[in-house]
Amino acid sequence: MAAETTAGSRYGRLLVTLAPLIGLLLVIGVFALMSDAPDQYLSVRNLRIVLAQTVIVALGAIGMTMIIVSGGIDLSVGSAIALTGVVTAVLLRDGYGPAAAIAAGVAMGGLVGVLNGLAITMLRVLPFIATLGMLGVARGAAKWLGDQQTVNVPPTWVNELAVTFPTPAWLLVAPGVWLTLVLAIVMTVVLIRTVFGRRVFAIGSNEAAARACGVATDRIKVAIYGLAGLFFGLSGVMQMSRLRQGDPTVAIGTELDVIAAVVIGGGSLAGGEGTIAGAMVGALTMAFLRNGTQQMGWPNYIQEIIIGIIIVLAVAADRVRRARAGV
Amino acid sequence: MLALSGLRKRFGATVALDGVDLDLAPGEVHALIGENGAGKSTLLNVIAGALAPDAGTMRVNDAPYAPASPLAARHAGVALIHQELSLCPHLTVAENVLMGLEPTRAGWLDRAAMRREAARLLEAFSHPDLAPDRVVGTLPIAARQVVEILRAMAARASIVLMDEPTSSLPREDVLRLFALIRRLKASGVTIVYISHFLEEVREIADRFTVLRDGRSVASGTLTGVTNETLIAHMVGRPVDALFPERAPAPQEDVLVDVVDVVSPPAVRRAAFQLRRGEILGVAGLVGSGRTETIRALMGLEPAESGDVRVHGRRLARTASPATRLGAGLGYLSEDRKGEGLALDMSLADNITCTRYGACSTGGWLRRGAQRDQARRWMEALAVKARSPWQAARTLSGGNQQKVALARLLHQHADVLLLDEPTKGIDIGSKVEIYRAIVDCARRGAGVVMVSSYLPELFGVCHTLAVMSRGRLTPARPIDEWTPESVMEAAIGG
Repeated sequence: MAAETTAGSRYGRLLVTLAPLIGLLLVIGVFALMSDAPDQYLSVRNLRIVLAQTVIVALGAIGMTMIIVSGGIDLSVGSAIALTGVVTAVLLRDGYGPAAAIAAGVAMGGLVGVLNGLAITMLRVLPFIATLGMLGVARGAAKWLGDQQTVNVPPTWVNELAVTFPTPAWLLVAPGVWLTLVLAIVMTVVLIRTVFGRRVFAIGSNEAAARACGVATDRIKVAIYGLAGLFFGLSGVMQMSRLRQGDPTVAIGTELDVIAAVVIGGGSLAGGEGTIAGAMVGALTMAFLRNGTQQMGWPNYIQEIIIGIIIVLAVAADRVRRARAGV
Repeated sequence: MLALSGLRKRFGATVALDGVDLDLAPGEVHALIGENGAGKSTLLNVIAGALAPDAGTMRVNDAPYAPASPLAARHAGVALIHQELSLCPHLTVAENVLMGLEPTRAGWLDRAAMRREAARLLEAFSHPDLAPDRVVGTLPIAARQVVEILRAMAARASIVLMDEPTSSLPREDVLRLFALIRRLKASGVTIVYISHFLEEVREIADRFTVLRDGRSVASGTLTGVTNETLIAHMVGRPVDALFPERAPAPQEDVLVDVVDVVSPPAVRRAAFQLRRGEILGVAGLVGSGRTETIRALMGLEPAESGDVRVHGRRLARTASPATRLGAGLGYLSEDRKGEGLALDMSLADNITCTRYGACSTGGWLRRGAQRDQARRWMEALAVKARSPWQAARTLSGGNQQKVALARLLHQHADVLLLDEPTKGIDIGSKVEIYRAIVDCARRGAGVVMVSSYLPELFGVCHTLAVMSRGRLTPARPIDEWTPESVMEAAIGG
């Protein structure tokens, strides 16, 4: 009896884990069937386009997964992307090297995250409110820094990070895609195999219990938001790279895409569950949806409606599966 | 081993501890007893480093002890097992047990060592549902409590504080826990044990201290002191009888007729008739399907088959809880904090919400009427509160439970479905609740009372049925049962 239950729930849990992937394949399959030119939709060329488009949301989703697993939320991602993109662009414009400019952009993301973390832990402001505040602050700072204009940059290799067709060609996909893949794997291992990672889950699962066991919850939360901020900074660099300029008004609402990616991938806003692999699949699902609707020549509003419905359905399906699997 | 003297702690205007002295020897099991709100949990939290005392001193092994945090207390060998389960449901048994003490190699978790250590602890407390890799959220409540206990063991504590560790454990796990306590005791560990069950305290503890209003008022060895004396110390006055005079024999007309209700997986078959003025007790082990049975009657669990008639009228199987409430059913949840009360709303809102009609006109609430009605029930049940407008959260557990029951009274429910109505509350509140239940029956209501506490079932019920593995035995008059025959029915079947 006991063994039966365990086997049953293990099967159920596997299904829950794989469900986002099944959803992604479903989306790809449906568009391939509807498309007049399925070989074009499924072409390597189109795959490269989708992957390059996904980088910004996917990098953000790595950071956001950590935050959501810990029971938090970050609404300032879009603004942080704009701010860090502008920082990178300003440094490039002023003659700093690409490496220094990227480092500054990423560091600015980390700073924004740490400030979020400090507001949440020291001022005892709910993450929703603290990061809502930061949404305004970072956006304003980006406009200030960019003097309310886009910042043009000289051509450097930074501009090649998220291109659709990379040079050298043997890279197959943009360097940013490879970087995202490597970071996703590294962070998955960190979340599963390090004490820090388990603390992230513990805080999201039951913060009071974690504190009672001597876990320094405040310090870890600041670390979570700070570390996630580095990823948002990297997203900002990629955004700048794609636009080839620093635009303080870019990425408005991107935080919602990033949150949606995590949630479609099985993350729970109540904390305690979520995987980076799931979030990556979630980001890809949305990118394929966008790409598919564009290929079909459907207007933008249809795409928005479909993505909205998919988010709700994905979470609803997840609830049902979990209830069935008893996990 | 552990010596406390003159501990004081206040929260704003409330004095939680007002001079507590305690002196424990190594290998002693010391029972801390007292009504809810007497300061027992506060005291344990002070010892465990979660709260700092305002005055007084603590010594462990004759060295001054003033832990700055729960972590510091853990390092000093003091472990607290919480009353409210404080586990991370998404993590595994091993991860929960070793939280804060994870074996590592340079920041990386040593998973093998973790599993080994957890398995070693599990061996000391062999429990069928527990394996190191099980996710805690999938475990039954009783098994979760065990995980909590193992967490204290993992810290190799020399002083273990247990805050009502058995409140959600079935008897077989209580026996396992006691075996573990005896083993700890033999190895010189000191245990402070809080429980509301005096019988249980006698079974396991050597000495006792009674707390009342934040003060230690009596202590001594348990042999040679009667329950009556202990209770008198706890409430500060002699208690003549815990239970009120029994309600008169039920009337003949059937109020509720439950025919073969099946609600899988927990409820395999439940049937009974409830007459006007009858109090039907439902005994059984935790997890036997008692809670699910009355939840199914209230429409909170889906019923697969079976009929429920109230006043002779059949309720549709899919009837919503709101419909059933309208038909005269009233439900008191065993989970007071989770679904019994809206803790952040006022007492008045909590009491009047099932029948706002009585204090509103055309959808507009009349606050005066709401206040007066709430106050009436608060007085009837002797709820200790400053005002009907204060949040339910600010009351003690016993008073919160009275408010939850007051709602059913305000609702004028004909049929009261009560799930563990006195679970985890102080004796004074229990007495008030027994009185209210018996009064309801006297006025012609029918009561179904699920309880794990046999003395109260024998104290107030007319009839009793026992749930065993999802099946409810036929109800029989209470004097045909003995505690032994109830246990036999609960385990057998």
